[in-house]
Amino acid sequence: MKRALTMSAAVVAVCASWAPMAQAASTLVIESWRADDLAIWQDKIIPAFEKAHPDIKVTFAPTAPKEYNAALNAKLESGTAGDIVTCRPFDASLEQFTKGRLAPLNDLPGMNNFSAAAKLAWSTDDGKTTFCVPMASVLHGFIYNKEAFDKLGLKEPKTEDELFAALDKIKKDGTYVPMAMGTADQWEAATTGYQNIGPNYWKGEEGRNAVIQGSQKLSEGGWVETLRTLAKWGPYLGDGYKAQSYADSQNIFTLGRAAIYPGGSWEISGFNAQATFKMGAFPPPVRKVGDTCYISDHPDIAVGMNTKTKNPEAAKKFLTWVTTSDFAKIYANALPGFFSLQTAPVAVDDPLAQTFVGWRNGCKSTIRSTYQILSRGAKPNLEDATWGASANVINGTETPEKAAERLQAALANWYKPQQK
Amino acid sequence: MATSAQRKPIRWHIGVLLAPAILIYTVIMLLPVFDSLRMSLYGKGPDGAPMFVGLANYTTLLTDSYWQGPFWNALWNNVVFFIIHMLVQNPIGILLAALLSLGKLPGREFYRTALFLPTMLSFVIVGFVWKLILSPAWGVSKTLLGSVGLGSWFAPWLGQPDTALITLALISVWQFIGLPMMLIYAAMIAIPDELMEAASCDGVTGINQFFKIKLPLIWPSIGVVSILTFVGNFNAFDLIYVSQGALAGPNFSTDILGTLLYRTFFGNQLQSGDPFMGATIAGAMFLIILCGVCVYLYGVQRRLAYYQM
Repeated sequence: MKRALTMSAAVVAVCASWAPMAQAASTLVIESWRADDLAIWQDKIIPAFEKAHPDIKVTFAPTAPKEYNAALNAKLESGTAGDIVTCRPFDASLEQFTKGRLAPLNDLPGMNNFSAAAKLAWSTDDGKTTFCVPMASVLHGFIYNKEAFDKLGLKEPKTEDELFAALDKIKKDGTYVPMAMGTADQWEAATTGYQNIGPNYWKGEEGRNAVIQGSQKLSEGGWVETLRTLAKWGPYLGDGYKAQSYADSQNIFTLGRAAIYPGGSWEISGFNAQATFKMGAFPPPVRKVGDTCYISDHPDIAVGMNTKTKNPEAAKKFLTWVTTSDFAKIYANALPGFFSLQTAPVAVDDPLAQTFVGWRNGCKSTIRSTYQILSRGAKPNLEDATWGASANVINGTETPEKAAERLQAALANWYKPQQK
Repeated sequence: MATSAQRKPIRWHIGVLLAPAILIYTVIMLLPVFDSLRMSLYGKGPDGAPMFVGLANYTTLLTDSYWQGPFWNALWNNVVFFIIHMLVQNPIGILLAALLSLGKLPGREFYRTALFLPTMLSFVIVGFVWKLILSPAWGVSKTLLGSVGLGSWFAPWLGQPDTALITLALISVWQFIGLPMMLIYAAMIAIPDELMEAASCDGVTGINQFFKIKLPLIWPSIGVVSILTFVGNFNAFDLIYVSQGALAGPNFSTDILGTLLYRTFFGNQLQSGDPFMGATIAGAMFLIILCGVCVYLYGVQRRLAYYQM
């Protein structure tokens, strides 16, 4: 089976790299999972780069997101991968780097345009070596239907009590589904539920680092409180939310049937195209007035260099260009909601994206709790377990305490610092 | 020398004609199966290279607290999936075949084609269409139930742990009802008319004709249908994956061996794939199916009575 997989990946790679091979020597092929962005790369990003570097030709060759990790792995193994590799955050790329397939980029000019936090997702555990150029991060939060809020006289909730008061009011009125979310795909419950509101409970980086160091358990404090709050969400979701998929939730919201959509900035360009009403966004409400707010500001996408590239000089030129504000401006505006990770602020035109990125000023940023280090265990994988736990708690089939204990057991099963 | 010349010439054409089929079957079926079985005996060594571990993976699968739970859960769900098929798909298939083989049924060709049509559809289409029909947000099932006053019966069946597996099994029954129907229909129309006429003369008529004459004659076909159902169900994967995803939600209530294998072999989201344990689950599936087929071949098929017609 593995052999067949490698072979089919090789066939795909040969097909993908055949065209550029016939052209000039300095041709770069970019591997990516962002098939959705093909047009943006071809019409905006690549022409801008080629204008600055007329001697280099660039081809964007994406794979379907679900198959990307496996296909890329096979291509890198057989030496048929493109010159530039789009990097998933954290362990997937770290593994490629430790296997010597991604080049270290510490010396790349322009890497000082990124803070250590921005480089975290693509650096070794000790933070000394960075192997991908950070492109963008996504912010979690709640998007809402402004017309619905105006009609019902609601204001953006600042605290959790205000959020539940607003949800009660929307439910009582009955025109709108209070919140568009389903638990069928499980991913939503974990990503737009648990990881969305959680940072306010476990105090962002403070809690996340404490779990990594072993001084906090997933079954205590803010970690279980998050699940207790999620358990209260069920009644505010639409009828039959248990069989509602991610795409259903998106459509229910953009059709104007729901008032609030727990999600993130990655939805912006899709929602702008679909929704006919005005939208606003508010960050995950804090628990009490005056509490510090924390937001999940998740590094999502970066680019690195295949160590086996035949054009390392051209590849480095391209990566250096990605570190510039020229690239950041094009990318951030072509894909509103995918925010630049460069230290210099980038002007974003989209109002909804502006709202999201504005939270960085008042709130403390953190990343999704399960993404760094903690999901290295295979059975059960903490990320998968978190999907299940979040969905079960909202469905009411598992108590928050039991779910939290299960998550802790899944982690302690293999993670040394949690076995003390 | 003289004797060898008298020997029958080697019949090369048999080998030549069989070669393409044997070659293709070996390359795309037999070799991968044996390679997968071989892989299940290996594990990741301390240096990351594959290392022979004997049956250790199978021991892990059956005894490790984090492996045995999901494995028994998937196996049990698979058994339920199979039982529902045997209790619903095959009896209804026989009933439909019996109705179709009645002498005077207007529009027989139409029904035959219409009932067989879903079997030819892709899993992706079937999964997607049924997900839409049953969707609480857009589905027609809620409206349809409501129009006959049963709106309160509606539930998000695919999202509830106690109904999801049964719902999926029934969707699969809907899709594959055509297969038992066709196989049994073919057996039924092969029964000569004289036999039925003779039965009528002897006073066996109506429903008795079915149970006393036709059923004994179609038992071999029912046996074949059962074993096909068994193999198909224990290899099932597509429908669950298409409608519930690799995590086979809610809470693994629809997880069958196929989805467990997929998740283990290829990984999921942040979990990287484990080809060795994946091959072990594939090996376990192979053994389960092998045992089932053996039980059928030696326990059932030999006892069936075959009639020359």
